[in-house]
Amino acid sequence: MTVALEINQLTKIYSNGFEALKGIDLTVSHGDFFALLGPNGAGKSTTIGIISSLVNKSSGSVKVYGKDLDTQLSDAKSFLGLVPQEFNFNMFEPVEEIIVNQAGYYGIDRKEAFERSHTLLKQLGLFEKRREMARNLSGGMKRRLMIARALVHKPQLLILDEPTAGVDIEIRHTMWEFLQKINSEGTTIILTTHYLEEAENLCKNIAIIDQGKIIENTSIRELLSRLHMETFVLDIDKPIEAIPELNNYNIRQKDSLCLEVDVDKEQNINELFTELDKHNINVTSMRNKANRLEELFIRLLKEDRE
Amino acid sequence: MQARHQFVAFKTILIKEIYRFMRIWVQTVLPPAITTTLYFIIFGNLIGSQIGDMDGFSYMEYIVPGLILMAIITNSYANVVSSFYSAKFQKNVEEMLISPTPNYIILLGYVAGGVARGVIVGGIVTIISLLFTDLAINNFLLTSLIVVLTAVLFSLGGFINAVYAKSFDDISIVPTFVLTPLTYLGGIFYTIKMLPEFWQTVSLVNPILYMVNAFRYGIIGITDINIWLALVITIGFIVGLFWWSLSLLNKGVGIRT
Repeated sequence: MTVALEINQLTKIYSNGFEALKGIDLTVSHGDFFALLGPNGAGKSTTIGIISSLVNKSSGSVKVYGKDLDTQLSDAKSFLGLVPQEFNFNMFEPVEEIIVNQAGYYGIDRKEAFERSHTLLKQLGLFEKRREMARNLSGGMKRRLMIARALVHKPQLLILDEPTAGVDIEIRHTMWEFLQKINSEGTTIILTTHYLEEAENLCKNIAIIDQGKIIENTSIRELLSRLHMETFVLDIDKPIEAIPELNNYNIRQKDSLCLEVDVDKEQNINELFTELDKHNINVTSMRNKANRLEELFIRLLKEDRE
Repeated sequence: MQARHQFVAFKTILIKEIYRFMRIWVQTVLPPAITTTLYFIIFGNLIGSQIGDMDGFSYMEYIVPGLILMAIITNSYANVVSSFYSAKFQKNVEEMLISPTPNYIILLGYVAGGVARGVIVGGIVTIISLLFTDLAINNFLLTSLIVVLTAVLFSLGGFINAVYAKSFDDISIVPTFVLTPLTYLGGIFYTIKMLPEFWQTVSLVNPILYMVNAFRYGIIGITDINIWLALVITIGFIVGLFWWSLSLLNKGVGIRT
């Protein structure tokens, strides 16, 4: 198994004494779609900053595809593509030039850089805007421009720091499809996001960081299996006057046409429907009350801080 | 990163820099042309005709080399300080920092951009000067060498200023309070032989005096100082500032946390 990223005992103490990272260990395999989650100020951006050599580490080691940042920095950098949280391009440059220049910094000659930029801009729906000044783009377009820029040198490891923040739902879904496509083509992706639904939909593995420590590092599937209970929202076809008494189910009425039911992991959901049927209640639709990962995320943070 | 790729990265930064200042030519190229034309009219024509000859040349002929070099100094400095500080401010400097481009290539790219603007503005000022006086080059090689060395030196100065700058105010402090006085007192408008002995000695501490005189020698063939000394001092400053700039980049001063 090829290791894309290997972090050992990484620490970062800022000049004001703030300990942002307290010796984290992390391994990401080649081809993974990896979620790095954590609340604001947990150390995600510091970790990404160190990997992309924008932040100086205090101690520990970072290897990108086996290349150590301390001894083979140039090689390590050539594997990396970064989409930072904040817009960090020159707002007064045309879109196409931003991408072509980025390619140039990786030693890609101008002719090829233009070809690559056209391909990426078409894929990300920005080709018509290629001669526009970057400042004239909408928020979603700016995010896509940063993705195009990060991919122009065909990195093996792409780091996305909240790439869909402030992006409307339609563009977000388009971006998800694009990221899934490049991941399936072999690009390893590390994603930080506050949209846990995004991490649940896209990622295979996950690490949760809080107060500078990794508090969980596992697969999304394994993590979700730890949920003991889920709450479902049920829409029903006709109003009910009172909440029915159901065996073993905790049920609440939200309004006359909507019920909320807690279902334990051990319980069979078919039995719930049978029970409802006995009371002549027909369910027309059903959904999870909250994102499952979100529930776990909050629980893990709470446990870590207790 | 292979040498061929490093050259591509260097070319990219240089082209980006040239595009940048040409895109805003009204702010970068036009003002020095207008300012220098006013110098030629007021100091060269109106006041100069009252001053008479200086070292055997008309006052206009005497001040032309200094004014060309002043345009080169201010523009090469201004280009790098504003461009690199803007890159820091908008954080697009990170585009280069995350790439495998070595720091010395980043530095050389910015310096080459400063030199390009200095040379272009210097060329425009030279063309304007031809409207006011004849210009016969005494030593083309020395003239060209001084243009390039001066532009390199002040581009490096601009780079260091940009690295330390924390606000847009900081990028105008050095040009206003250091560069302009040194330039005006660097023998552009007068020969230091006109000064009392004490002030002649003080003037010799000003590095711009050496460049202005070497450049004037290259064009009209007269100088107050030794040309070789001027070259040694200029190259010495370049080596010192290059080392300083590179160590700032390597340490990540002002650009890495």
